[in-house]
Amino acid sequence: MESDFIALDGVEKVFDVRRRTGRLRREKTRVRAVDGISFTVPRGEMVGYIGPNGAGKSTTIKMLTGILTPSGGRVRVAGIDPARERTRLARHIGVVFGQRTTLWWDLPLRDSYRLMHRMYRIPDDRFKANMARCVEQLDLGELLDVPVRQLSLGQRMRGDIAAALLHDPEVLYLDEPTIGLDVISKAKVRDFLRDLNAERGTTVLLTTHDLTDIEQLCKRVMVIDHGRLVYDGALAGLHEVGESERTLVVDLERELPPVEVAGARVLKVEGPRQWLAFPASVSAAPLVAAVAQRYPLVDLSVREPDIEAVIAKMYADRSAL
Amino acid sequence: MLWASGHGAGGGACLGLATRGFGLGARTSRKTGAVGVRVYAVVAAGGFRRYATYRVATAAGVFTNTVFGFIVAYTFTALWDERPQLGGYDLSQAVTYVWIGQALLMTTAMMGGGFENELMERIRTGDIAIDLYRPADLQLFWLASDLGRAAFHLLGRGVVPMALGALAFDLALPADPLVWVAFLCAVALGVVVSFAIRFLVALSAFWLLDGAGVAQITWLVGLFFSGMVLPLTLFPGGLGALAQVLPWSALLQIPADVLLGKHTGWGLVQAYGFQLGWAAVLLTAGRLLQSVATRRVVVQGG
Ligand SMILES: Nc1ncnc2c1ncn2[C@@H]1O[C@H](COP(=O)(O)OP(=O)(O)OP(=O)(O)O)[C@@H](O)[C@H]1O
Ligand SMILES: [Mg+2]
Repeated sequence: MESDFIALDGVEKVFDVRRRTGRLRREKTRVRAVDGISFTVPRGEMVGYIGPNGAGKSTTIKMLTGILTPSGGRVRVAGIDPARERTRLARHIGVVFGQRTTLWWDLPLRDSYRLMHRMYRIPDDRFKANMARCVEQLDLGELLDVPVRQLSLGQRMRGDIAAALLHDPEVLYLDEPTIGLDVISKAKVRDFLRDLNAERGTTVLLTTHDLTDIEQLCKRVMVIDHGRLVYDGALAGLHEVGESERTLVVDLERELPPVEVAGARVLKVEGPRQWLAFPASVSAAPLVAAVAQRYPLVDLSVREPDIEAVIAKMYADRSAL
Repeated sequence: MLWASGHGAGGGACLGLATRGFGLGARTSRKTGAVGVRVYAVVAAGGFRRYATYRVATAAGVFTNTVFGFIVAYTFTALWDERPQLGGYDLSQAVTYVWIGQALLMTTAMMGGGFENELMERIRTGDIAIDLYRPADLQLFWLASDLGRAAFHLLGRGVVPMALGALAFDLALPADPLVWVAFLCAVALGVVVSFAIRFLVALSAFWLLDGAGVAQITWLVGLFFSGMVLPLTLFPGGLGALAQVLPWSALLQIPADVLLGKHTGWGLVQAYGFQLGWAAVLLTAGRLLQSVATRRVVVQGG
């Protein structure tokens, strides 16, 4: 149970879509939104679930909450079959759909929390303490008496995240929780999630298009494309799959012709500064030593490969197949 | 950070221990079964307050109700002058009927305009997903919210037009407070029947995606068959008989007749029975439809 707290086994979801093809003719097409996905997530892990638009991420999350019934395969969350025992599962999970809100639109934020209190039958002391935490960490103090419709997107999102956590869920599903947020709001949300996971041991499944979210929060990442899992492993491992490169930025004493060292190629020269690319899988140390030995080196820095580029490459490679 | 590990006063020192407290929370929640009544009280209170926030709209609504009340009351006066005792009402009763209609128009949502637009929109956009993963019953949740709304509309949109009507016209209002209580009970039942109808209409959006057409037809039918346009007792023959047995008569005709003292004693019990019967039938139909809908639900959108 602890190691397969969330368990999917050959899960499929097929949508029948009716399309108008003529004036009266209608054609039925089948969309395999999720096409045989298997994975497990142990309790307390924080996993990124990424993929291009229409890959099947949201569909997977909906099956994990029980609001969509899988067309095939087996889903278990905390030992519960979500689609069959949706209401029982509801007490164990928290859900944030970045593009929707659980909050009462016309009423102050506080009223929505009061509703959660009763709906999830949260003991008073826990409710109070959880509220205090959320208010402090998510900076909600000033917002509690503001009608939700008057909140900015970032404020509302923070309000929604708090609403999803007041009943101490064991799992938190986040479907694009940072969509449309500015840098500061994103950082706040990320800090909060990191703390939640580290201190409460809440299992978190996070979908996003912002790879910084993943880099900062998740050690493990799953990549889904066309309803299939195409990668499941450490974030770092993605680099190898994508054959990515790191960049060594060197500042020389003066303007020089492109540096020539084994195992690296020069990407760009800008005055005394040069950019050298080398495989992400090898150590930077020998390269730095070689440069330092033969060139008047003033300063240097190593840049990690852009995960975004790696994944873009992965998506592209797959659709080329 | 200590996530309410049960004893909030622990402070920052026992951060690491908080993980244990989390298990405790899970255990407490596991043993709780169905959702309590209190959640629905909160929902109803929310339903009341969310309408209360729109003060300008309420004032505008009161104005409209009052203006229409005057227009219709004068029309009825002209009509009853020609045909006294039309439909079994004398002039003062007929005018009273008009003002009851204005007071209840929003309360029993004869023209719709309650939760159903919102619910349909939630189904259409897929926001319904949120309602479905909550541990609350969809139908009860929306019923509670609609009762809260109705309570607000009775106070906010009903009392003032009725009072103004009573100042300007000679109304046949009862002096006996028990009749008023009986009237309020009939109104409450009317709201439930009205809710049950609109819930069915809203759920149609699961299949039709755009339930607006169905909703409009229902409102039109509702406006007519509730007795808002004319008291149902005025309709001749078969149409009149039909109008009296359709559920919409529970929305205005019955509450109005209770206030006008037409249903007393056993007659009152029968009137309530009629409302309760329709409420039971329609709510059950709603439940069935709801379970079909949520079982084969296709939640829209990413
Ligand atoms: N209710 C539905 N009816 C028909 N097809 C659907 C429905 N919901 C999703 N789909 C299809 O299933 C596929 C997966 O959709 P899903 O919403 O899971 O993608 P996603 O990975 O969340 O994408 P995004 O990053 O754009 O949010 C898409 O091709 C989509 O068109
Ligand atoms: Mg999505």
